[in-house]
Amino acid sequence: MRPPGAGHRAASGRPDFLKRAQPRYGEKAVKVLLVAASLVSVATTVGIIAALVPPALDFFGEVGFGDFITGTDWSPLFKPPHFGVLPLVTGTLVVTAIALVVAVPLGLGAAVYLSEYARPRVRSFFKPVLEVLAGIPTVVYGFFALQAITPLLQDIWPGGRGPEVFNALSAGFVMGIMIIPTIASLSEDAMNAVPNDLRDGGFALGSSRMQVATRVVFPAALSGIVAASVLGVSRAIGETMIVAVAAGGRPNLSFNPLEGMQTMTAFIAAAGIGDLPTGSLGYQTIFAVGSLLFVMTLVMNLVSIRLVRRYREVYE
Amino acid sequence: MSSEIPPTAQTPTTPGAAGEPPSASPGDSGNGTLTPQVSFRDAPPLAGPVFEVGSLSVFYGAHEAVRDVNMTIGDRQITAMIGPSGCGKSTMIRCFNRMNDLIPTARVTGKIRYHDQDLYGRDVDPIEVRRRIGMVFQKPNPFPKSIYDNIAYGPRVGGFKGNLDDLVEETLTHAALWEEVKDKLKTSALALSGGQQQRLCIARTIAVEPEVILMDEPCSALDPIATAKIEDLMEHLAQEFTIVVVTHNMQQAARVSHRTAFFGSDVDDKGERHGRLVEYDETARIFSNPSDPRTEDYISGRFG
Repeated sequence: MRPPGAGHRAASGRPDFLKRAQPRYGEKAVKVLLVAASLVSVATTVGIIAALVPPALDFFGEVGFGDFITGTDWSPLFKPPHFGVLPLVTGTLVVTAIALVVAVPLGLGAAVYLSEYARPRVRSFFKPVLEVLAGIPTVVYGFFALQAITPLLQDIWPGGRGPEVFNALSAGFVMGIMIIPTIASLSEDAMNAVPNDLRDGGFALGSSRMQVATRVVFPAALSGIVAASVLGVSRAIGETMIVAVAAGGRPNLSFNPLEGMQTMTAFIAAAGIGDLPTGSLGYQTIFAVGSLLFVMTLVMNLVSIRLVRRYREVYE
Repeated sequence: MSSEIPPTAQTPTTPGAAGEPPSASPGDSGNGTLTPQVSFRDAPPLAGPVFEVGSLSVFYGAHEAVRDVNMTIGDRQITAMIGPSGCGKSTMIRCFNRMNDLIPTARVTGKIRYHDQDLYGRDVDPIEVRRRIGMVFQKPNPFPKSIYDNIAYGPRVGGFKGNLDDLVEETLTHAALWEEVKDKLKTSALALSGGQQQRLCIARTIAVEPEVILMDEPCSALDPIATAKIEDLMEHLAQEFTIVVVTHNMQQAARVSHRTAFFGSDVDDKGERHGRLVEYDETARIFSNPSDPRTEDYISGRFG
């Protein structure tokens, strides 16, 4: 055996022995590829904004912004057209609210169970099953709402007039089911990431499992849980097929979930596949509604980031 | 730091408590075998044993991590558990407040009697157990909440009805932390230094007024000055609480404890390691005149 370091000592005879022996082109190529990959999503977002804004501006050149945002009648393709977007906004809010009422409690309940109660084997079975739900095409959910949930609701509705054939309730309910996996899976990841030290501290003070879950783990995982819920809401607001199939296509300024209503996305889809000539006022409404949707989602994200910053418990 | 916790503080030995053959019948309790008259500061006269451990084994799955432990832990004493890594000391201490219940594969056989009650009895509620037997961990683990909320946590989950502000102040004073934190009760506990965090965890534990405090290597993540403060606090708390402490630091065991249990491990023919209680006696005797050669080897640094 030669003495340790002998090889290096021999090499240090050369004057430039600290220079890199060969250039590492691979390293540079990988970096360029990775930067390109991350730029794609940024570029796409910028591109979407660039595509949205000019037609939307043209639209607001002809229709007053105040009329658009406060008008209660949405019939852009009729004569005479009306451009009050409120019915679409309420439709979106009602369906999204129903979806959240279904998805947040069930999603968080599932997450707490999987993270705090389930044994490892149970979790390793349930979590993939739950995530399969997220892979079902939304058009399937839409027909499930229309063909299964709505008739069921009509059958079991106690007295009075039940839900219409197209209604916000079954669309919102099924949309809620659709986003449960998103909320449950991401919240579970956030809770699972809370160090066990903290749980042990809670248990050692005589907490029950529920107390540890709600008073130790939940606050510590709050930012991840809110992020999961916001992603769920974003998916609900942006969801199109379920509402297009099950909630009907009639703009309806109403908060009654038993009635049919059109959401912003459903309008965009319906108008987009119609035969509106490019550059017409009707065509531009698509971009006006799209911009509003974009702004609403953005505001919601900003607000929730604020909320999380205020209330979360940072554990590291 | 008082370095002269004198061997004279340890008084009469207890027949049968230490180094006893494992055949000692579990649950054979209350026969007054342990009547230590330790004169530690102005501690009140000692009552009977708090824990009596008989033929205790702990399994993780099929692996027997701790084998056949018999020992008795006295009231308002500091009992130290020392031994090399992997000898089962931490596993052992987690049996005393049933923290091992939280590990799905863990299983305990044998008996631990706590004041003549079977700690693993059928109708024993682990939550009640942990309110009486608190625990401080190796790594300081304050909740990511304010200092105030850390102290208030235990009383709150325990349904405390009273003045929380007073309780928090009393507790922090008791734990010799009040002067350091009284102006920042609403700031995050994570802003404290490591030593302060650990003392906060001790304070949090005594806020629920337990009888026993288990400490699992409480100083192993701390510097010597913070360690000294914790040791002072332990001596102070031993007047009211029974303390069991696992430590890697033999000087610490020698300084603070009344009795010391030395754990070692056997390797069986399958190559599996089983923790065992090798010797259990007054600290002074363990460190000056151990009866088992393995203890002596470990104490003198020839092993582990």
